[in-house]
Amino acid sequence: MAEPLVIDVKGMHYSPLNKMIREAVASGVKEIVLNNVLGQRFIGNGVRGDAKITINGVPGGDLGMFMSGPECEVFGNAEHAPGNTMDRGSLIIHGSAGDAVAHSMRGGKVFVEGNIGYRGGIHMKEYEGKRPILAIGGTSHAFLGEYMAGGIILVLGIGHEPAVEDRGIGSGIHGGEIVIRGDVDDKLLGVGAKKVEFTDDDLVRLSPLIEEFCGRFDIDPTPFLDTNYSRIIPASARPFAGKYTWE
Amino acid sequence: MCGIIGVIDRTMARMDGSSIKEALSLMDERGSGEGAGYVAYGIYPDYADCYAIHVFFDNLLEPKTRVDEILKQWGKIIHQEEIPTYEQPGLKKEHISWRYFFKPFADQKVGTTNPDDDNVKQLVMDINGNVEGALVFSSGINLGVFKASGWPEDVANFFRIEDYKGYIWLAHNRYPTNTAGWWGGAHPFNLLDWSVVHNGEITSYGTNRRYVEGHGYQCTMLTDTEVVAYLFDLLGRRHGMPPEMVVEALAPPFWDVIDQMPEKEEEFMRTMRLTYGSALMNGPFAIVVATKDGIVGFTDRIKLRPLIVGENGPRLYISSEEAAIRTMDPDVESIYMPRAGEPVIGRVIE
Repeated sequence: MAEPLVIDVKGMHYSPLNKMIREAVASGVKEIVLNNVLGQRFIGNGVRGDAKITINGVPGGDLGMFMSGPECEVFGNAEHAPGNTMDRGSLIIHGSAGDAVAHSMRGGKVFVEGNIGYRGGIHMKEYEGKRPILAIGGTSHAFLGEYMAGGIILVLGIGHEPAVEDRGIGSGIHGGEIVIRGDVDDKLLGVGAKKVEFTDDDLVRLSPLIEEFCGRFDIDPTPFLDTNYSRIIPASARPFAGKYTWE
Repeated sequence: MCGIIGVIDRTMARMDGSSIKEALSLMDERGSGEGAGYVAYGIYPDYADCYAIHVFFDNLLEPKTRVDEILKQWGKIIHQEEIPTYEQPGLKKEHISWRYFFKPFADQKVGTTNPDDDNVKQLVMDINGNVEGALVFSSGINLGVFKASGWPEDVANFFRIEDYKGYIWLAHNRYPTNTAGWWGGAHPFNLLDWSVVHNGEITSYGTNRRYVEGHGYQCTMLTDTEVVAYLFDLLGRRHGMPPEMVVEALAPPFWDVIDQMPEKEEEFMRTMRLTYGSALMNGPFAIVVATKDGIVGFTDRIKLRPLIVGENGPRLYISSEEAAIRTMDPDVESIYMPRAGEPVIGRVIE
């Protein structure tokens, strides 16, 4: 196997860095390691291919925006909107992330080991075979899955009881599903969201995801493979049909 | 957008401005090069009992003569000089930055418990409202604002902020959206001991402005953040409220949250919302306010702007981005995101 491309990005601006990444992936480099990352925005922005990018440090906002294919594994926290409008590939974050994680995401996976800020999964969407996944090991702040139109959000709430205690879950949701470990207080549900039972069929469907997430972070999946979850979905097929237009 | 960062050393150990310059410059993309600024507390130990009055003059003739007259009428100028500046290729010098070290006459004001502060507040309002070509942008004791239209690093180098040492620093990189960028519209905004940096917009500006103007303040900086400095002066200094309570008045809990509070707390919050309804700030914001005693950071109740906190021993950092905090302090021990609307407070330990 070829040697990975290792770049010390200390003090480097994101423009030349992202140019280097894009050129490397286009020329067939399969593995890139970025050391001393601190605040560089838009890493992996719009990159197509199947490269693996290891990020040591704290990358700046909009990590993996419009990315289609690569995997970025971050050893550190991420700032706002990692996975913004991401199309394919994955972000594996060994830390916490800021607000608007997986903003408008349309495909691929975002795994966050720790916590996420406000508006995680805002406006996630899905289309035919494309179904984005946002999975969180810790907890989430308010407005999780705001205006969500598709995809899956999973919150395991490790170290948090209850898993989520911020308001506005699924506020304005009209597609997709939010699955949260344990019970969710009804008063935390946003407008247009409803809580339904998490069934055995749901567990069968989501077990591969739970196992994959735990596998990435060396967590024993066994305690999470039961039906002790709440499932939050749109209250109806078109919950806001009468809000902006007349039938 | 806009980028903010603030730091306090709670033991009052002083830091020079070089690291906050690096941190703010890391967030260049949060601004547009039309405004950046810094404020530091504890920078004038040689004049530690004087009000440091920083003024932008259009020229040193009529406007300065008028300001000299007003100051001499209300107190004594202990020392005055041009603030040293160093030409930067990317920064156009629009004003002459001047500073006075000033002691107000104590016997000129009645009907107040702190005549010196009220004296200086009044002359700041008088100069900014009535003297064309002069703008007081900093008026506290042993502190100073340094700001201009430009990128963070250019503004820092223009004033050479690494030459100043303070135990509190706030810095701001502006992306003006609703009003034009100009030197007076750059942050921090300051009045007396209060300095404010702000990311976002105050959509309730009209209501808030009418409210403070009814209490003798005049808004002259052509942008919304100014009103936050006056709200803090009115509630924090003149009404004597602690910072937690000022934040509760400006960004109060939702009514449905108040409904669920224990009876006494609920009654208090209802009274607070009714009394200070006109001080309530609407819109997206993340704000850090400083006084000589500490800093407080808070966001709007639904968190429409970012705010992250870092701690390392006596130092508390509040910023728009984690990477900015790590730039200032690579050894920062803990990083966390405060809840929307909840104040994060760092107080000086005497």
